[in-house]
Parts: sequence; C-alpha cells; structure tokens
Amino acid sequence: MSVFVNKHSKVIFQGFTGEHATFHAQDAIKIGTQVVGGVTPGKGGTRHLGLPVFDTVATAVRETGADVSGIFVPPPFAVDAVMEAIDAGIKVVVVIADGVPVQDMVRLQRYREGKDCIVIGPNTPGIITPGECKVGIMPASIYKKGRIGVVSRSGTLNYEATEQMSALGLGQSSSVGIGGDPVNGTDFVTVLRAFEADPDTDVIVMIGEIGGPQEVAAAQWAKENTTKPIVGFVAGVSSPPGRRMGHAGAIIAGSSDTANAKMDAMEALGLYVARNPAHIGQAVMRALKDNGITY
Amino acid sequence: MNIHEYQAKELLKAYGVPVPQGGVAYSDKQAANVAEDISGERWVVKAQIHAGGRGKAGGVRLASSIAEVRQAADQMLGRRLVTHQTGPEGSLVHRIWIEQASEIVKEYYLGFVIDRGTQRITMIASSEGGMDIEEVNRINPEKVIKETVDPAIGLRDFQCRKVAAAIGLRGKLMPQAVKIMKAMYRCIRDKDALLAEINPLAVNGSDQLLALDAKLTFDDNALYRQHQINEMRDFDEEDPKEVEASGHGLNYIALDGSIGCIVNGAGLAMATMDAITLHGGRPANFLDVGGGASPEKVTNACRIVLQDPNVKAILVNIFAGINRCDWIAQGLIQAMESLNITAPMVVRLAGTNVEAGRQLLAQSGLSFITAQNLDDAAGKAVAAAQS
Repeated sequence: MSVFVNKHSKVIFQGFTGEHATFHAQDAIKIGTQVVGGVTPGKGGTRHLGLPVFDTVATAVRETGADVSGIFVPPPFAVDAVMEAIDAGIKVVVVIADGVPVQDMVRLQRYREGKDCIVIGPNTPGIITPGECKVGIMPASIYKKGRIGVVSRSGTLNYEATEQMSALGLGQSSSVGIGGDPVNGTDFVTVLRAFEADPDTDVIVMIGEIGGPQEVAAAQWAKENTTKPIVGFVAGVSSPPGRRMGHAGAIIAGSSDTANAKMDAMEALGLYVARNPAHIGQAVMRALKDNGITY
Repeated sequence: MNIHEYQAKELLKAYGVPVPQGGVAYSDKQAANVAEDISGERWVVKAQIHAGGRGKAGGVRLASSIAEVRQAADQMLGRRLVTHQTGPEGSLVHRIWIEQASEIVKEYYLGFVIDRGTQRITMIASSEGGMDIEEVNRINPEKVIKETVDPAIGLRDFQCRKVAAAIGLRGKLMPQAVKIMKAMYRCIRDKDALLAEINPLAVNGSDQLLALDAKLTFDDNALYRQHQINEMRDFDEEDPKEVEASGHGLNYIALDGSIGCIVNGAGLAMATMDAITLHGGRPANFLDVGGGASPEKVTNACRIVLQDPNVKAILVNIFAGINRCDWIAQGLIQAMESLNITAPMVVRLAGTNVEAGRQLLAQSGLSFITAQNLDDAAGKAVAAAQS
C-alpha cells in the first residue's frame, strides 16, 4: 500500500515530448511506473519513448485508461492543463511548474469543488511510492521502500530528510511534495489523512517552512484525527520577516508565520519536533522507539 | 513586487478610488511647481520609498506654504530615510509625492489579500484606521471584519454593504464605501495583486471618503502578463546584488552574517541557514541556484556571494535531483581559479552524480573543505568563519 499512487496507477504526462517530461518519464519507467502514454497538443498520433502521444487528455484516458497525470507544461499554461485532466476524469494530477500565478490557483481551487480529484502542487518535486510509481522530478534512486510516510513543501529538503532516514536504514511508504506556493492543490491535512489510512505507513514526517497557517492547522487536525506518530520540522528559523525566501509561499507576513511559532505549536500539539534540520532522521528514530515500532 | 504609494494611488484612482489631488516630484523645484498646480493652503509632502513606517521617521511632512513644501522636499530628497522596516542603513529617497492636505474626521482600514487559509481573495476592514492591521487584530480582533470572495461570482454589493455597516460606514458614506471596495477588488483581480491596502481610508470634513495612503503588492509569477505593472518596477528600491543575481537566474537575498551560502532549492537553503545558526554562526545570504545549474551559474553564484565584504567563509550545500554534482564541482573549481577566492569554502555534495563531483574537487588540487552531511558542513563552515 501507499498513498495516491502505486504499481497499479496508469500514468500519462502532459507536455510529454518536452525535455524534462522525457527525462523524468524515463526515470519513472526505470523504477517500474506504468507510464501508458502522454499528451502534447498537435502531436497526437505520433509515438514518444515507444508510447502513444495524444492531442487531448480525454483521448488519452479513453485509449489507455490513464488515472494519473504528471503535468510538465510551463507555468502560464499549467492550470488550464490541470482543468483538462480533471475534466477528462483523471484522479491524481501532479503539477511540477514553479511560477504559476496565485490567482490562477484560486480559480482552480474553485473549479475543483465537488470534483473527485487530488491535485498535488504546483511548484512540487511530485510524488513517489518507491519501487512502484514516480510522478515528478525527484531522483528516484535516493528513495527506498519502507514504512515512513513523508510530506513536505520543499523538494530538496525532502531529499535531505530522505537521506538522513536512509543513513539509519529507514525507507518510505510514499513521499509527497505539496509544493512551495501560497495556494496549493493539496494541503498537509489531505496527505496526513491518507497516510493515517494507509496500513503500510507507521510514522509520518511533515516538513514545512515559514509562511501561512497550514502546518499548525495540520498539527491541530492530527491531534484529533490520527493515531500514528508524526515528526515535524519547519525551515526558516533564521529567515528575516517580509522577504520572500525563494518559494512564493515562504514569507513571514505575521507573527504566526515564523518557523519557531509553528514548531512551538506543533510541539504543544504532541508532534515529535526536530529543531535542527540535520536531526530529522533522529527524530523519526525517537518516534519509532517511543511507540515500540521495530523493524 | 511592490510599487510606490503614488503609483498605487494613481492605479487605484483609475479604478475609481478617490484620492487627494497630488503629483510626483524629483527635485525641490518640481515639488514647488506641483504644489502650485494643485493649489490649496496646506500640502503633505511624502517620501516615496517602499518601506513602511515613513511617518514616524520624518518621511511625511505637512507644509503651509510653497516655501515650506520646497524646504521639506529639499530635506527629504537625496537623503536616506531610516524606518523600522528599512534596517539601519535606511533607504535613499529619489522621489516624493505632494498632495493636498485633507481635514480628517475619522480613519478606517480597508484591504484585500489572498487568504492562504480559505485560498480566496478576502476583504479585510476595520474602524481602527491608521494602525497596523495585525496590531489591531491582536488587541481588538472583533474590530477586524473579514469577507471572502467567491472567484466564480465576484464581490457582490451586499457583501460590501455588510462590511461597511459592520465598521460603521453608514448613511451617505455607505455607497461611497461600496464603490471603493468594488474598485479595489477589480484592481487586485485584474492586476494579479497579492495585497491591496488603503490605510487610512479617511472621512474628510465634507463627508467624503478618501484614500490617504495606499499599498499594492503584485504576484511576481504573473508579471509576464502585467506589462503596466512591470513598468512601475523601481530598481533603486532593490539590492543591486539581488537584481544582478536574478539576471543570472539565481535567487539571492542579502543578510547580515558572515557565512556565504550557495544551496539548491529554497527549503534546503533556509534549512542550511538554520543549521549555521544552530552552530553559532550567522548566514550572510540566502541563495538558491535552482535546478539544472550550469557550471557558469555556480561561478556567478560564488562571485555574487563574495561581493559582500562581510563574508568570511562559504558553505556550498547541494542535494542534486535535477542538478548534477559534477557540473556544480566544475563551477566551483572555475570560481576558485578565476575569482582568487581566499575565504575558506566548505562543500557538501549529495544526489545525482555525487561521486563524479567529489572526484573533480579532490583532483583539482584546490583547498576545498569537504563535508559529509548537513550537520558536518554547517559545523565546518562556522569554524572556518571564526578562524
């Protein structure tokens, strides 16, 4: 088991014939992902990587039975591509683009109301279930199959935490990047709920950063709704207020946006908080030990 | 992206928000001309810098004669204004805004933001104008009124009337308030703003609502389709190193510590700064080289970081996904050889092509200090900066 994607997922890529989509489709296929084709408007009927290319997502779904789409189109066109995927009945959409206008996301979130679809991103490394399915741009080789569920806003910090866990012999059930933008398709709560329901996840690692209310909202939700131990870290203790630290969403606009305020709240709500980014792996070990989980 | 108060007022005015009559000036003589043109008996002279807190810092002055306007302008222009938001070095005043002084009966707050909780544009209003809205929210949260806008339906009149009534804008003021609220909403929506603020929104002696100060912040990700806003960008308000860095596709933010940071990814860059701080050091900057960084880009990153004279050591922390450690190493070697770097450089490489990268560094014969992981790297960088 896992969350959102697994070995049964039938994956297409939108913007399939582009450079990044090509590279990451190959990497995904290498770990066993069932890539069934792709969409590039104007190139329908051709083949790429030995797979069929379609003009529209609707055709791709009809012909291949695809239920997951990785969106590799540039930011100005990303939200339109997501809407097309949802309209065609895709169940999990991953949006890689960094630079999607925030108000496009506001409109997308309105469009999605009442529709059964998970949108991961934008500005995300994507999602991976090690050994089964990758839809994203993370290096698949650093992830190993295991029982830790990881969810993060940052991509590279997700890799960092993964390496720390690997050094301690711990692998992942699934790893989800929700993205660094202020309005994202999937929030921490949605991912925590999925990990809570996943029988193959024992511990959840939640990696946040400065800006926005969602880490604390997730910790509050978790206190009442989860049984599994959660490890938390928030990046940006040394970031100055009022400056956008790379990610569009990483900005301290008010006192509750700081890393310390968030980590204090998470600790008070019962999470295992790593105060040092180099100690995320150790915090996972502590959570395992405290809860009597051994491998 | 931020713009100046006068630009925000001109933009909001075009949408139908009433603002005092005024004009911009770049010299004291121009300031006197502007004051004569707009006539009246009293004027407000306001320094145009992006930072807030101008009033308390002497950046807003009342003048009762043309000579006083000219004098105030002369005292502001070409000087550094230090407010609680500028840092101790202050911000150089290149332009000022002169407007007719208004008789103020009462002040309100009116703003629109993209609320991250509801993921929608939200109107925020308060009867406590002229104060920092977060401060009002802390002391008197019941005096902060919020109304969420459904993007498919837009802001309705009844919502505006509800908010106006809740903050006490009644009678003749209510229809004026509705018009201003709808104008602000159209502006934030059409121009891809992240925040629009009128503080204070004042009632003058003739029962007219007027925007006495205005602030607009725009979504950098949408500037590609906002040419009018793009043209309002004032590079004087930005750190020249940050402007140069963005020209090279690097995201750089200057800070005041002594350890220069070169990292890939915003989250890891922040975490690297945190690790340095936990080891007792202080980061000199935030720098994200992004994905797929070429050797040239890495060399440029080194050069920009070293332009800061406070840098005593450099910490390079790369966890390559779509990056390649061998390219990063080539860029660092190029930088060491061409830039005459004397500051110690601690390098931690992980991820794609890590072995090739490490090998290149080892074979270069240059004095890189290599680190195994984040903790090790931060510790070595702090020690190197202190020695």
